[in-house]
Amino acid sequence: MSEQRAFQPDPQYLVQVRGLKEYFPISTGFAQVTMLKAVDDVSFDIKKGETLGLVGESGCGKTTVGRTMLHLYKPTAGEIWFGGKKVEKGPVMNEFRKKAQLVFQDPYSSLNPRMTVGDIVAEPIDVHKLCANKKERSERIQELLSMVGLSSEQATRYAHEFSGGQRQRIGIARALASKPEFIVCDEPVSALDVSIQAQVLNMLEDLQHKLGLSYLFIAHDLSVVKHISDRIAVMYLGHMVELASSLELHHHPLHPYTISLLSAIPVPDPDKAKKQKRIVLNGDIPSPLHAPSGCSFHTRCSRCTEICKQVTPEFKEVAPQHFAACHHI
Amino acid sequence: MQHLLEVKDLHTSFFTPNGEVKAVGGVSFNLDKGKVLGIVGESGSGKSVTAYSILQILTPPGRIVSGSVKLSGRELIGLSEDEMRKVRGNKISIIFQDPMTSLNPVFTIGNQLIEAIVLHTDRNHQQAKARAIEMLQLVGINEPEKRIHQYAYELSGGMRQRVMIAMALVCEPDILIADEPTTALDVTIQAQILELMMKLQKTLGMAIIMITHDLGVIANMCDEAIVMYAGRVCERGTAPEIFYNPRHEYTRGLLRSIPSIDSDNKDRLIPIAGTPVDLLNLPAGCPFAPRCERAMKVCLSEFPSEYWVAKDHIASCWVNVLENVGTPLVAVNGQDAAQSSATEAEETKQ
Repeated sequence: MSEQRAFQPDPQYLVQVRGLKEYFPISTGFAQVTMLKAVDDVSFDIKKGETLGLVGESGCGKTTVGRTMLHLYKPTAGEIWFGGKKVEKGPVMNEFRKKAQLVFQDPYSSLNPRMTVGDIVAEPIDVHKLCANKKERSERIQELLSMVGLSSEQATRYAHEFSGGQRQRIGIARALASKPEFIVCDEPVSALDVSIQAQVLNMLEDLQHKLGLSYLFIAHDLSVVKHISDRIAVMYLGHMVELASSLELHHHPLHPYTISLLSAIPVPDPDKAKKQKRIVLNGDIPSPLHAPSGCSFHTRCSRCTEICKQVTPEFKEVAPQHFAACHHI
Repeated sequence: MQHLLEVKDLHTSFFTPNGEVKAVGGVSFNLDKGKVLGIVGESGSGKSVTAYSILQILTPPGRIVSGSVKLSGRELIGLSEDEMRKVRGNKISIIFQDPMTSLNPVFTIGNQLIEAIVLHTDRNHQQAKARAIEMLQLVGINEPEKRIHQYAYELSGGMRQRVMIAMALVCEPDILIADEPTTALDVTIQAQILELMMKLQKTLGMAIIMITHDLGVIANMCDEAIVMYAGRVCERGTAPEIFYNPRHEYTRGLLRSIPSIDSDNKDRLIPIAGTPVDLLNLPAGCPFAPRCERAMKVCLSEFPSEYWVAKDHIASCWVNVLENVGTPLVAVNGQDAAQSSATEAEETKQ
C-alpha cells in the first residue's frame, strides 16, 4: 500500500486512510525534542454501513488514529479519503466536519456542565447552521433525544442530573445532530457498568441499521469489539499488526500479539477458564518514545529471531482479506 | 468448623448532608483458609465499602452501623484503633485499584516497603531491607536491588501493582483483599498480575478476597463468589453454581448481557433495563425489583431473605420462593441443615 501518489479512491469504501502518521514532538531535555510516533504508517478502509473495530492496549495509538482521522489533530503525513474525495482544507473539509463525528470515552468530562442537554445536543446544529429557525431547532432536538431513548422534557436539564449511561446517550445524540455518515466511537462503553453497556451497544447497532452509519469502534475490550464489529484491526505501538474479519480474527489469529491478546481475556465461564491455555506475555509495553527497532513487538514475542530486531515487517495480505505484519507468517 | 473470616449482617452507611446512604445493607459471608472469594457488582454496589468495613478504613461520613466481623473467631468491630492497626497488614492486607495513587510519590519503593516491615515485625532496618528485596523478587520484579531506590513514577502500571502486592504480602497476612487490582491495567498486564496472584496464593497459602466488576476475573480465579447489587448480596455460592445455576434475576441478567468472546452469532445483547438505583432513595423491597422482568408485588414491598437454593449456594430472590426452590437460611443451624436443604433443592429441581 505504498502507491500514495497514484491513489485512486475505491467507490465501495466510504472512508479510506492511507499511510496515516501522527508524530508528537516531546521535549526530552534542554533544547532537545524527540518525536513520539503515536501512529506510524497506518492504512485501512471502511465500507458504508460497516463497523471496523480497533483494539490495542493503552498507548498503542488507537485513540490518536480516531482523532487524526477526523482532523482533530493535523496528520503528520498520510491521506484520508471520504466518499471519494480527499479531505483537505476548503469546502471538502467543511462537509467532512459535518459528516464525520466523534463519541467520546468519558461521558462525564465530554459534556459541558454549564449547558443544558438541549444546547449540548444542538451545538453541531448551531455551528453548521443546519436549522432555519428556533422551532425547527427544538423539533430536531426532540427527535434526536427520542432517537437515543431520552424524553423531550430532559432537554432543559443539565448533564449532572443524568447517570453515566444516559450521559453517553446524550453524547451519541450530539454526534448524530449533524446527520453524519461516519462516527468514530472512542471507547464508548468502557466507562459504563456492565448492565448499561449492553443497552448502549444495542442502541449503537440500531442506529447503524436505521441511519446507515459507518463506525470506527475503538475499544480495548475484545469481546465487545467482536460483538459489534464486522472487521477488526489490532494495533501495537503505533503500528497496525493485524486486520481481518471479526470471526476470522478470533478463529485464526496469525500475529503472535493478537494470539496472546485473545488468550489473555478472562472468559466468564469457570470450566472454560480452567481449560483455557493462556499465553502470558513477558514484560511491559515499551514506551513509544523509545520504540524497539525492527518489529516493535519483538521484545515480548516468543517467535522473535534476528530479522525481527532489524527489519520492520510489512503489513501485507497473508490470506484473502486477512492482513498481518509479521516475518514469521 | 471455624471460618477464617466471618462477616455477619454487616451494615455500613454514609451519613451525607443529603441523608443516609446505605452503602452496605446486611452483608454476610464466610471465608475459609486458602480460598479465593470473589465479590462482583457494579459501581455503587457496595463491594469496596464491604472490604473497607472489614478493615475499618472507612473515611467519614462513612460508619459501620451494625454487624459483626470475626477473624479466626475474634470480633473485630469494636476493637480500638491500636488493636485494629495490628490486624491491618499483619492479618489482613489490601491492595487498591490504582497503584499510582496508593504509592507515595516522594518516597522510594524501598523506603515504603521497609517502613511496613519495620512497623509490623521486629526486624531491624538491615534485615527489613533484605526482606524487601526478597519480596520484590517474589513478585517478579527484576533487579530488585536497583528498584528499591526508585520512585513510583519510574515504574510502569504493572510494576507498581507488583510493588503493591509485595507490600501487602510482606508480613504474610492470612487474608489479602484485592480491590479491583487489574481494572487500571491492560489485558496482557492483567493476565500477568492475575497469574502472579494465583501463584503467590498457592505458595503462601493466604485467602484472597477479589473485588471486581469483571465476571471473567471471577471465573478465572475464584472458588466462591458473591454477587452484590445496591449494597445487598443477591447470591453467594461456589463459582460454578453462580455461573451455571444463577438463582437471582440480577445475576442472570448480568450473565446474559455480556457479549461472549466464544459465540459466533451476532444476536442482539439482552440488556438489563433501567438505570442503577439511587442509594439515597432505596426502594422498600428488593432493590433490583424496579429493573427486574419477573418482579412481583411482594418484591416491591419486602426484601427477600436469604435462601439455600442448592448445596453451597444461597440466594435472596422471591422468585425462588415462588418456584419453591430452597429453604430459608434462618431456620438452618449448621452444616446438616445445609445438606438437607441441598437434597431438598435437588428434589425440587427434579
